[in-house]
Amino acid sequence: MSEFIKELRVEHITKRFPGILASDDISLSVGEHEILALVGENGAGKTTLMNIIMGLYQQDEGHIYINDKEVHFKTPNDAFSAGIGMVHQQYMLVPNMTVLENVALGLKDCWKKTVDLNMVEERIKLISEKYGLVVDPKAYIWQLSVGEQQRVELVKTLCQGVRFLILDEPTSALTPQETDELILLLRKMSNELSIIFISHKLNEVKAISHKVCILRHGKVVFEGNTSDYSSKEIAALMTGHEIEITENTDDSTTGDTALEISDLCVKSDRGFLALDNFSLAVKFGEIMGISGVSGNGQKELAEAINGLRKVESGSIIFKNKNITGKSPFDIINLGMGYIPEERNIEGIVPSMSIKDNIILKDSEKNMFSNKHILKNKSIEEYTEKMVKQFDIRTPSIQTAAGSLSGGNIQKVILAREINRNPDFLVCVYPIRGLDMGAAEFVHKQLLDLKYKGKGILLISEELEEIMNICDRIAVIFKGKIQKVLSRKEATTSRLGVLMAGVSEDD
Amino acid sequence: MADIIINTLTFTVRFSVALLIASMGEMFNQKAGIFNLGCEGIMSMGAFLGMLVPFTVGGAGIVPWYVNISGLLLASICGCLLGLLFGLVVITFRAPQGIAGIGMQMFGVGLAGTLFRSYIGGQQSISGIEAVSIPVLSNIPVLGKILFTHNPVVYLAYLLVPLAWFILYKTPWGLKIRAVGTYPRAADSLGINVNLIRFQSLMVGGAMAGFAGAFLSLCQAKQFSAGMINGRGFIAVALVYFGQWHPTKILLGALLFTFAESLQRQVQIFGQSFPYEFLAMFPYLLVISVLTFNRKSNKLGPSALGKPFNREMRI
Repeated sequence: MSEFIKELRVEHITKRFPGILASDDISLSVGEHEILALVGENGAGKTTLMNIIMGLYQQDEGHIYINDKEVHFKTPNDAFSAGIGMVHQQYMLVPNMTVLENVALGLKDCWKKTVDLNMVEERIKLISEKYGLVVDPKAYIWQLSVGEQQRVELVKTLCQGVRFLILDEPTSALTPQETDELILLLRKMSNELSIIFISHKLNEVKAISHKVCILRHGKVVFEGNTSDYSSKEIAALMTGHEIEITENTDDSTTGDTALEISDLCVKSDRGFLALDNFSLAVKFGEIMGISGVSGNGQKELAEAINGLRKVESGSIIFKNKNITGKSPFDIINLGMGYIPEERNIEGIVPSMSIKDNIILKDSEKNMFSNKHILKNKSIEEYTEKMVKQFDIRTPSIQTAAGSLSGGNIQKVILAREINRNPDFLVCVYPIRGLDMGAAEFVHKQLLDLKYKGKGILLISEELEEIMNICDRIAVIFKGKIQKVLSRKEATTSRLGVLMAGVSEDD
Repeated sequence: MADIIINTLTFTVRFSVALLIASMGEMFNQKAGIFNLGCEGIMSMGAFLGMLVPFTVGGAGIVPWYVNISGLLLASICGCLLGLLFGLVVITFRAPQGIAGIGMQMFGVGLAGTLFRSYIGGQQSISGIEAVSIPVLSNIPVLGKILFTHNPVVYLAYLLVPLAWFILYKTPWGLKIRAVGTYPRAADSLGINVNLIRFQSLMVGGAMAGFAGAFLSLCQAKQFSAGMINGRGFIAVALVYFGQWHPTKILLGALLFTFAESLQRQVQIFGQSFPYEFLAMFPYLLVISVLTFNRKSNKLGPSALGKPFNREMRI
């Protein structure tokens, strides 16, 4: 067993990636039983720093000390034997293996001639009882919900005898209730462990941490006791400027019905019904939010509307025309716009230039081509205009779209979709992975569309986003609408309860 | 009629062995996330070396048993080294696996053919490893002939199936192989050396492909000729998909394919007037059609198959 970690300190850590300075002379320290919140926008270098501490990356400069002794972590094994463990943002679980096998993968004590799964099970039981983390050891990972998977991750890490826990954005995929439970658990754990908690959700940071450290562009810009500062002050330090939150102030929802979905049944990739008699109607001039824990049919809904997934039964009526089973081409031409979930895979062709991506849906239009030959000049002029209008930060319009940052890729997609002047826009997690500034920009554009009388279906996992800009909010659970609330009726706790599948009528 | 059936089944058991060993090896590669299309090339080299050793020692005459074993061993060592070479290309230099595999296939087949022409010259027979009828058991009517009148290596090959299953699903190394082929990042985050495991499984897979080749020349054909592998390396790769990366299902696949092949041979031998070209196509059509209807279950396969691992790659 490793000795107690009284203090973990990193000094002057610098790490360069090709073209990026991910960590720039970072120094910080965490004491025993302390919870440090590491806060910063996307790309601020939080995860890179943690990967260095775990021995996954090697720093270019700087040192790591445990109890004033310098340590060199060449692989995660070194970090484990020093008693440090990490729950990564993207769960590190092998989907086609059981919980037992996943835990065994990291538990070198059980690697004898054969894998001693009984021993692993004992260990899991011990940890489960100690922290109240219930997991089914025999279940396969792919069968578990995101919340369950996170419990498995925690159990897996704790089974290694960790005394120092790093959690990388642990709440990003949890319901509000699951988040509350996790925060309680972490508070309890801090009696025995030291914790680094990475987040950009400031209410969580306030609720849990003793100290807060803010990173921006790979640098520590602020360090202090959490209780001395308000969320607003921390937010301003995080972004470097005061944040104004874009809010929807228009309450009129009186337009004609734009999109009407009735009794829609759609299958998921795994073959079960992802949408189960799903019905919903959205008006023109309305932003309808779909709120729910991801994996409850959101992706399938967006794909079915856009003709990308086979409809088993039911109908989708758009502008009084039945678009069920129509091809994406027909649906696009009817005036449907789509901001897909996977922007690097579905939203753009990463290897193609910005200008090619911008005209991807309209290359056959007279504006961009003549008798099937592309009109390069007008395409370039148009793209230059878009780059200015949407503030796309790029070296040139010839740059491969895939090499841009997440926020700028999203701007390319927005520029394409919005300037096609659609009558309806389906947005799936449009601000996922974007920093506050870029998210604000996206929200402004969506509200502009609404004021122009367009209909919008906004699928989101961020309750704050949904409650700020939607007119009505439909909560989805297991492929069905739980309830539709107006913005005024919606509160975090009410939405959270509905998202967890609890019906309000009970 | 009964003879046709018994012969077909006997040949099925015998001829499935080369495919079985090669596809068991390919399964280790693919479970770890790498598909080695060069299996055919490694088998060619194995077949050549396996035949070269007894031929050099005793020509067409009978040689002591350990000479034949040395041939099998040399073929395996060569396969192991070719697996290492393939790893260097696709793991260290991250070359696209499909193209590198085609390269390995051409390299192996070409090299074996060239070496054969310069060292041996023309068609030469060896005595090889003889079939052994197991006393008592081989006297059982029908089953005795089908199951217990084979080459000792045949029995060894069938033992590989439970052994491979045990290694993959019961040992720490197997656990690591499965993790590395499905979600290398997770394995990496737990301190498992992804590329090392991939190298190891390529070497094991290569050794098995080399062994399979030597089986063909030493036990089955008792001679070497350029092109004698005749697509079996590719069939072995297809069988791994067919068997969904599971040892028993791969065994079933190997048996099914060889059964189809043995059946068409028997039909040819017994002089039916049906054009033999169509009969010869039958086993391949069978594999293609089964693969076509078999696509759904890809979900639980090694999902990182074909993708090089790069820890610091940022998407």
